[in-house]
Amino acid sequence: MPADWQSVINDFKAVVPAVDFWSLRLVREEAETLCVREGVVQPPSLAQGRGVHISLVDRGGAAWAATSALTREGLRDAVHEALGWLEVSRRHALVAAEHQPRPQRSGRYATHIETPWEAWSLAGKLDLLQDINRALKVDECIVDWQARLSRRQIDVALVTGDGVVIEQAFHHVLPGYAAVANRDAQTQMRSGGGWGSMRQGGLEQLAAFDFPDSARRVAEEAIALVEAPECPDTTADLLLMPDQMMLQIHESIGHPLELDRILGDERNYAGTSFVTPDMFGSYRYGSELLNVTFDPGVAPEMASYAFDDEGTPAERDYLIRDGILLRPLGGATSQARAGMAGVANARASDWNRPAIDRMANLNLEPGTSRLDELVASIGHGVLMATNRSWSIDDSRNKFQFGCELGRLIVDGELQGLVRNPNYRGISATFWRSLAGVGDPDSLEIWGTPSCGKGEPNQMIHVGHASPPCVFRNVEIFGGE
Amino acid sequence: METCFRELGERLCEDLADDEVLLLNYSGEDSDFVRLNHNRIRQAGHVRQQALELDLVANGREAGAAMPLGGVLEDDLSRARALLQRLRERLPLLPEDPHLNYATGVNSTVQHGENRLPAAGEALEQLIDAARGLDLVGVWAGGEMSRGFANSLGQFNWHSAYSFNLDWSVYREGDKAVKQNYAGFAWDHDVLAGKIARDRETLALLGQTPRTLAPGRYRVFLSPAALFELMEMVSWGGFGLKSHRTAQTPLLGMLREGRTLHPGVSISEHHAAGLTPRFTGEGFIKPDRVALVEAGAYRDCLADSRSAREYGTAVNAAGEQPESLEIGGGGLDGGAVFGALDTGLYVSNLWYCNFSDRNHCRITGMTRFACLWVEQGRPVAPVNVMRFDESIYHILGDRLEGLTREQEHILDTGSYGWRSNASARLPGALVNDFTLTL
Repeated sequence: MPADWQSVINDFKAVVPAVDFWSLRLVREEAETLCVREGVVQPPSLAQGRGVHISLVDRGGAAWAATSALTREGLRDAVHEALGWLEVSRRHALVAAEHQPRPQRSGRYATHIETPWEAWSLAGKLDLLQDINRALKVDECIVDWQARLSRRQIDVALVTGDGVVIEQAFHHVLPGYAAVANRDAQTQMRSGGGWGSMRQGGLEQLAAFDFPDSARRVAEEAIALVEAPECPDTTADLLLMPDQMMLQIHESIGHPLELDRILGDERNYAGTSFVTPDMFGSYRYGSELLNVTFDPGVAPEMASYAFDDEGTPAERDYLIRDGILLRPLGGATSQARAGMAGVANARASDWNRPAIDRMANLNLEPGTSRLDELVASIGHGVLMATNRSWSIDDSRNKFQFGCELGRLIVDGELQGLVRNPNYRGISATFWRSLAGVGDPDSLEIWGTPSCGKGEPNQMIHVGHASPPCVFRNVEIFGGE
Repeated sequence: METCFRELGERLCEDLADDEVLLLNYSGEDSDFVRLNHNRIRQAGHVRQQALELDLVANGREAGAAMPLGGVLEDDLSRARALLQRLRERLPLLPEDPHLNYATGVNSTVQHGENRLPAAGEALEQLIDAARGLDLVGVWAGGEMSRGFANSLGQFNWHSAYSFNLDWSVYREGDKAVKQNYAGFAWDHDVLAGKIARDRETLALLGQTPRTLAPGRYRVFLSPAALFELMEMVSWGGFGLKSHRTAQTPLLGMLREGRTLHPGVSISEHHAAGLTPRFTGEGFIKPDRVALVEAGAYRDCLADSRSAREYGTAVNAAGEQPESLEIGGGGLDGGAVFGALDTGLYVSNLWYCNFSDRNHCRITGMTRFACLWVEQGRPVAPVNVMRFDESIYHILGDRLEGLTREQEHILDTGSYGWRSNASARLPGALVNDFTLTL
């Protein structure tokens, strides 16, 4: 626990009145971002964050307050604000006070780090990003190019009036690069090296993103895409690579299974769900090849943890097994409201937001097919890689997604590139067309640092691991 | 906090070496957030947060940092000095920055907002009472937002405002709902009551058997809220100088192929009519207005400090994404849009838009909330959600039939990390042959 937190906890205990239950969540963050764009080192940034989130439950009401003022006076003010809302809550509470979470046991978690951020000097990191810039600028038609490397350290402590203390420390690395190619009115971007994703751990995690080795290939593919034909308009088989599967899982399995959406909390913003409580245990979500787990124990995946922000111990569970829907993504509060078993996924984006149901690590379990076998199983189809466009309705049913790169498949063999590949479908039927799932060797760990949801809005990181997968008879199309 | 920020800045600047320049940006928020579901309180709380950004410049190099403020001057000063020292140690490790750009003239401004907000608890009581019997879901966000800038050259800017943003939906069943918003600076119970009364009227229409439209092209009226969603997409790189010079703007066809929008379309970044501070994070003062598209033709770009230096132009925005976008009104009577539509789809809201072909500014997304089928000028039934896929060159170009005279001032409901102070002034748009796909 950071050295100055004990005094904050003591000050809080000195000002909190006698209530049925209280909890104090302390969060400290330090992030560093480095970027070189078009060969120019951008001003590096250090960002620190620090604050506390107070939850009070008393006589049928519940409320929260958050503050960056960590003095006794600041904490007293925050308690005063929470008590004011507690009074209003008592008259109009949606959630019964006995359903508010009450952690039962203490514990600790820390990211495993082999190569600390500090093991490489600032100059060394900037030199590496400059090298990548040179590898990306392979031709005059590359009109924009950049490489980034960031890290963030987050320390969280959850302390309750019952004497529970949970301490967790997370370290993430966020690498990536992108090249933009242009000729006339045609522009294409290709990214790589983990762009748009991150992993838990230290600098040893960069290799898993092929960082920096794929830089030249990324630039060459951007140029090739400018010259490539448009993706055809057709109905055909679709081979999605893991860096697109993550988006497919995220939007059309993850969000519709969030229990707070099913309970209606998100209907004004993120939306509702086509999934209803009666479906769990019997609904055929996908083909028998579809197995999806909530797995907080995959060490390098970005949302691994031992406890969620309500203090519930996190464990691996199947949400979908052999295609049958089993369990929602609902934390302790939602589980109590719905009378259903869920998982430990109540998470807050920072100290200034309350916990709500989120995805964490949501993974599609591998099957038995090698990648070449998946390709060979397709007579007429398209391979798509790396998400760049995402859109789905508020019930998480009608979707349309686009990728950076497409490649035709004819008679079981990969053919040339196609640009602007898109596909659309309906979640409720799409997963039933799942016809091939890659083996463990083809599985890749991805995710996004920026899943948005909640009122007030919260941006949070979620992990998705998946092998490549084949879907039959999908509506596929390109650009104009 | 204005006084504290001013003193904090002055004391930090006392420590600088002769060749150092310090830029400071302050953000403060004191907001209530109350979530509702089924017209009851789901989560209620309060956020008080303050943060300081420091940018140290010396010998043509710059390094930045951000830190929270606890509100006790000596403690904050001590931590800021420690952070400043870390930046000072970094600068010699950096190459000269050819795009470094900050204001060197001193333009100090102070703008204090007036607190005319109601007690948030009372406003919530009024809402819950007015919506009795309704399945209301939404959020109250309200309070003070403040921003400050100071530099070691002697400039000081302050901007504070007290605002609320009550955003809600009333559901009939399934996904059939009416979307509403009441945002501003002074609370009027009668305005709220009027909006809730209109919700009740529309709910009756949502009880009709919904229409399911086949994919195809339809005559549509896009409400200002629906147009806002589309313009959020166009604004994603559409108007920034860097995205134009690197050919990444979705309006590339206007630059390279001579494409135009409808001659009745003029788009601007109307800083003077927006809610954001008039100063940038580098101390530049924004102009009143930047014309982006005039009479359908592309005109100027938004240039932040780095792009302005790189491409040799003036800074005219804090960032290269609009925060106070305006589309000029047209000739349609906003009170008679059903009649003008005649038979077609009234689109109240769009949702989850994204590009399906960025080079052609082709956007896909979904209809949402109370979108209505209209026959002979009369709304007759709700419409089940439909996916659209259409280019802005058609929507605001060759298939645009008209814009309403009236503009709606839409205050962004966003609150990622902090409450947004972005807004837009937009008309509604009547469009022919709008493509629905799924």
